[in-house]
Amino acid sequence: MDVAFIVETVVKIVVILLVFSALAGFGTYFERKVLAFMQRRLGPMHVGPYGLLQVAADGIKLFTKEDIIPQNVVKPIFKLAPVITAATAFMAAAAIPFWPEFTVFGYTVHPIVSDINIGILYVMAVMAIGLYGPLLGGMASANKFSLISAARSAAVFISYEVITGLALLAPLMMVGSLSLIDINNYQVGGISNWIAFSQPVAFILFWIAAFAETGRTPFHLVANDHEIIDGFGTEYSGMRWGLFFIGEYANMFFISFVMAIIFLGGYGDGSIAGAFGLLMKVAFFFFFFLWTRAAWPDIRPDQLMWLCWKVLMPIAVLNVVITGIVILIKTQGGM
Amino acid sequence: MHVEPFTDRNVSEHSAYYYVDIEDYPVTGWDKFKQVVKRSLKGELFVGLWVVMREMIKFDIHTVKYPLEKLPIGPRYRAVHKLLRLWESGFERCIGCGLCEKICISDCIRMDTRIDENSRKEVTEYSINLGRCIFCGYCAEVCPELAIVHGERYENASEQRAHFVIKDDMLTPIDLLTSGQQKEYPGFGAITPHEDERVTKTPLAY
Repeated sequence: MDVAFIVETVVKIVVILLVFSALAGFGTYFERKVLAFMQRRLGPMHVGPYGLLQVAADGIKLFTKEDIIPQNVVKPIFKLAPVITAATAFMAAAAIPFWPEFTVFGYTVHPIVSDINIGILYVMAVMAIGLYGPLLGGMASANKFSLISAARSAAVFISYEVITGLALLAPLMMVGSLSLIDINNYQVGGISNWIAFSQPVAFILFWIAAFAETGRTPFHLVANDHEIIDGFGTEYSGMRWGLFFIGEYANMFFISFVMAIIFLGGYGDGSIAGAFGLLMKVAFFFFFFLWTRAAWPDIRPDQLMWLCWKVLMPIAVLNVVITGIVILIKTQGGM
Repeated sequence: MHVEPFTDRNVSEHSAYYYVDIEDYPVTGWDKFKQVVKRSLKGELFVGLWVVMREMIKFDIHTVKYPLEKLPIGPRYRAVHKLLRLWESGFERCIGCGLCEKICISDCIRMDTRIDENSRKEVTEYSINLGRCIFCGYCAEVCPELAIVHGERYENASEQRAHFVIKDDMLTPIDLLTSGQQKEYPGFGAITPHEDERVTKTPLAY
């Protein structure tokens, strides 16, 4: 393993960490602005021009706040839980290609930390580990509402893992590879080659499940909004709470990248237009997360479970079966 | 719409009230599934998305940046009291009759008077206890001289609320009067416009 590879990888990791930490901050700014405009408000306006420095003000506040560890909590687990959420969110980014490869001063850069051949499996697995953040945080908090929220988020995350997995299965059967770069290259031909058109059901199912996986509004049961507290984050303060927040927003960006790459053609043929197209797709998915938050109400936990196990899962299984039959007929016909 | 139909709170063909048509809750699993399919495919979700998007595009922002911008208040708004002066002479309008002190239902007006050297009744002390005042406006309504009125100062956060309602603070300063900045109070207790035209002869015999 040569030095250049190690240096390049470390630089890529640092860049991804910095960019997406900053994006998580600006994500909160965009969210507050978009929600405000949709509700005929102005949103943050006072810190900096058009409130742009609100992110910095929030950051200063979070970093300088007292780190309160309540009396009866299980201290090591309580301290560890926010780190799990943020760390798993960023670890999942290792297998995501954020940009097509490009050449700078004769040096070809691959904007992916590691192109492992089981890319999407790794991404989904590490995102699934993110469940332990809310679960352990809520259980260690010595607060009954945190505990309820932890149980609820565990149920939601585990249930919707099934949907993401089954929904992904059908496109993966078509592509025949788990690497996100292979999936991207499968759709190089243009818009008509996007998997969203050959697998619309899988696309919709994955999109719905993405809301549950990130805990966004129609399925925002992770934080107990109806109990007017912050769910598993109730006992947290300062930067530990901030880590939960960064994890949530980073997850939103990464799942948007995953959706754009798997279903909407990713960066296409790797040209500049394709690269910006990828960013536009990600921006759309991120905006859609905010859009639904302004428009749609939350659903009840039992409705969420019902939707998952009795509606979405049978559809996902049917989709896999039908895809399998079609692929079988095609290959048999080709022989 | 006219107010009349709303005064009858009973549901009938004359009133504007009606029962909202709510479907029964689905009981069987199949009915629940049909409801979900109907709601999913009916496009109601997209109606919600369109409404918020429309508001964002119209960009019709209703925010008032309060300390920098202020909404106009109604002329009958009852904020902190003011004592006015006569336009020509600049004398205080208050004649010390004590009606406001008498009518005040929370007993918060306190005044002292004396006969001055011109044999004119002079108000030496006039104060309102803002801790008790409920801003009912009776004092302004009962005042025969339009001397005590409610002003438009509603921002009365201070170290001492008493600062707003000592006589010197409520009375129009004489320089503001001479520069014509005293405003005649159009609101509570004031004579309504065109009052002369409405006056009719009182019949002498019944």
